[in-house]
Amino acid sequence: MSAATALGGDLATYNFAYLDEQTKRMIRRAILKAIAIPGYQVPFASREMPMPYGWGTGGVQVTASIIGPQDVLKVIDQGADDTTNAVSIRAFFQKVANVSVTTKTREASIIQTRHRIPEEKLQAGQVLVYQVPIPEPLRFLEPRETETRKMHALEEYGLMHVKLYEDIARHGHIATTYAYPVLVSGRYVMDPSPTPKFDNPKMDMSEALQLFGAGREKRIYAIPPHTKVVSLDFEDHPFEIQTFDEPCALCGAEGVYLDEVILDDRGGRMFVCSDTDHCESRRADGHRGRLSPDEAYAGHGKTEGEAVR
Amino acid sequence: MTMLDETPLLSVTGLSRYYGERVGCRDISFEVYPGEVLAIVGESGSGKTTLLNCISTRLEPSAGCVSYRMRDGESRDLYRMSEAERRLLMRTDWGFVHQNPADGLRMTVSAGANVGERLMAVGERHYGRIRDTATHWLSRVEIAADRIDDQPRAFSGGMRQRLQIARNLVTGPRLVFMDEPTGGLDVSVQARLLDLLRGLVNDLGLAAIVVTHDLAVARLLSHRMIVMKDGRVVEEGLTDRVLDDPQAPYTQLLVSSILQV
Amino acid sequence: MPDPVNRDAIAVRASSLSKSFCMHLQGGLELPVVEGASFEVRAGECVVLGGPSGAGKSSILKMLYGNYAASSGEILIRHGDAMVDLAAASPRLVLAIRRETLGYVSQFLRTVPRVAAVDVVAEPLVARGIDAGTARERAGLTLERLNLPQRLWQLPPATFSGGEQQRVNIARGFITDHPVLLLDEPTASLDAANRRVVIEMIAEKKAQGVAQIGIFHDEEVREAVADRIIDVRGFAPAHAA
Repeated sequence: MSAATALGGDLATYNFAYLDEQTKRMIRRAILKAIAIPGYQVPFASREMPMPYGWGTGGVQVTASIIGPQDVLKVIDQGADDTTNAVSIRAFFQKVANVSVTTKTREASIIQTRHRIPEEKLQAGQVLVYQVPIPEPLRFLEPRETETRKMHALEEYGLMHVKLYEDIARHGHIATTYAYPVLVSGRYVMDPSPTPKFDNPKMDMSEALQLFGAGREKRIYAIPPHTKVVSLDFEDHPFEIQTFDEPCALCGAEGVYLDEVILDDRGGRMFVCSDTDHCESRRADGHRGRLSPDEAYAGHGKTEGEAVR
Repeated sequence: MTMLDETPLLSVTGLSRYYGERVGCRDISFEVYPGEVLAIVGESGSGKTTLLNCISTRLEPSAGCVSYRMRDGESRDLYRMSEAERRLLMRTDWGFVHQNPADGLRMTVSAGANVGERLMAVGERHYGRIRDTATHWLSRVEIAADRIDDQPRAFSGGMRQRLQIARNLVTGPRLVFMDEPTGGLDVSVQARLLDLLRGLVNDLGLAAIVVTHDLAVARLLSHRMIVMKDGRVVEEGLTDRVLDDPQAPYTQLLVSSILQV
Repeated sequence: MPDPVNRDAIAVRASSLSKSFCMHLQGGLELPVVEGASFEVRAGECVVLGGPSGAGKSSILKMLYGNYAASSGEILIRHGDAMVDLAAASPRLVLAIRRETLGYVSQFLRTVPRVAAVDVVAEPLVARGIDAGTARERAGLTLERLNLPQRLWQLPPATFSGGEQQRVNIARGFITDHPVLLLDEPTASLDAANRRVVIEMIAEKKAQGVAQIGIFHDEEVREAVADRIIDVRGFAPAHAA
């Protein structure tokens, strides 16, 4: 007879939020250190998680270590609450921590994200947990970990600009559009994970705490609230975010990050908010775009658009 | 009448490096003055590369002292500096030209970025200026301006070596270390490179320490030379004196072994 | 250049100069070539070292240039305001003396590949801080005087004939205003016309107060330039004579 059965007959008993308490303490210590040294990559003993690397094992461990029974969790994948990765991780925490979940940015106390920052301004008390594939911004130019650590220690960041130089030389402008390197609190150069550079300004002086977890690479780093975050650039090629020619086809929002959605095989396409919650909230408030279902119902191509969402 | 500048740029005293029981180099002392080119010659295993690495902060010596006169005139013991200071020195006031250009270049970034990296490392943040400086230096090492955006992978051995030289010289170093700079190149390419190096060293008033096993390279480039064998200095002096009137048995052997063309 | 020329001033004084080669590859064989060479050369004087081949003329000249290490003895040379012992000077001091005081015209040209003849000639001037344009101009004038065709000026001398190389070398040696000049058979492979030019140039150097020490096998040239002949047989090692 197994211990689990003896304890209550439920075979699927996990510790709260899946990780054991020792592991959570270890990760919390890493998080505290990361908050104390903004932008610095703190090594931690990343655990095997019941999902493959690349699916957010780092973010999940960070979330599991900070989540409590009172928390309200939101999970997004490229801005969407309803894609596989987001749905699975949300279900995971419902199962192992029995926490409330939401898709509403405003209602969440913890938002775990893959590659976006919500359009709605985050508030004090909220925590944004990023899933990070490769935490080292210098990695693609300097493969040796010993060397990159030394470069961080000695603030030797000339190499980072080499990458931007290459962009301009090749494309005439800085063509890096995601994982755009930033300088945190005037000290550490940091990879903001593969978020579009559109989101970089949102990291600067944010009221929310931002935590970054890289499971495979075993690194945690953080940006505490109200921290200066500057995107690297050249004097004659200043940092710029992406702009879009048209508003969201569904809610008409401007100045937000848009995804391109292919509608048919005849070249039909539309641009819609990448942040699904933002888009839905606006539509609920009565905002309408060029192809909003209400008006566009008679049109064609709508079914495919729905399917992609 | 110009007076001799009596303060050396680099001063090596009693330097030894052991690899366990084996001797890399033992009890080496010499000085290098501003604008002077010193050749360190000897066969493979004579300790010349160990010596070069020890005096360029790439390998900690087992004993002895290496001091360098900084731009502010103060002489500092290299191995008492912080690592940050040493590394700053290496990418501003010093150059290091490797035998294999791939060791000294970033093979996957463009020629322009290879040259510009040191500028960016010391805080240059203006793309246009970086590019202008890179173009200028490429032309000084005889690389056509239209190759600026090509990666060194697409360059010949001689071009790579010239690019490596430009990359090192862009911050106006006062001392350049060279490890067999013409090794592995065709003879005709060697000649061109030597001529280029000689011109640059003269024009810029660089001090250089050149490690080579090729006595012809030493003759063309250096003012003075040190001959090493089994980790020790067996002879030193004016380059043409050492080569034309060698005193030590080993130097005589070395000089008599040169193939005449 | 000493100005005004003091013709009594000693420019070079060798005392008890000896040279012996130790041939380590031949079991440490000692090969004495010069013993007890003592002589003086004054400003504006051209002294020719005389004697048969193998008597040690060339070795003496090379010791005077610092190219051979003297086994014993002194070589005092007026360098600036001081008499400096070249035989005991540090390599850096030897280089400074060569740069400012002591010139050398050798039989053989040793140049870097790829450097144009005109730049080979101009180089000693550039090394002394004269700007490249002026130096090249003066190099051109000297080459012209030595009848080196202008079409060759921009070519590297490695491909030239012996006589042409020799003239590049002479131009390079004579272009500076070094107060002491060593001449190692500068006319060896020249035709009569160019020999006469060299004789003229040596005479001009004398007029300027340059002390010259040379080896000339050509009797005509020797007669024309020598103020004095030092017979080096007097410096032959005792048992080798």
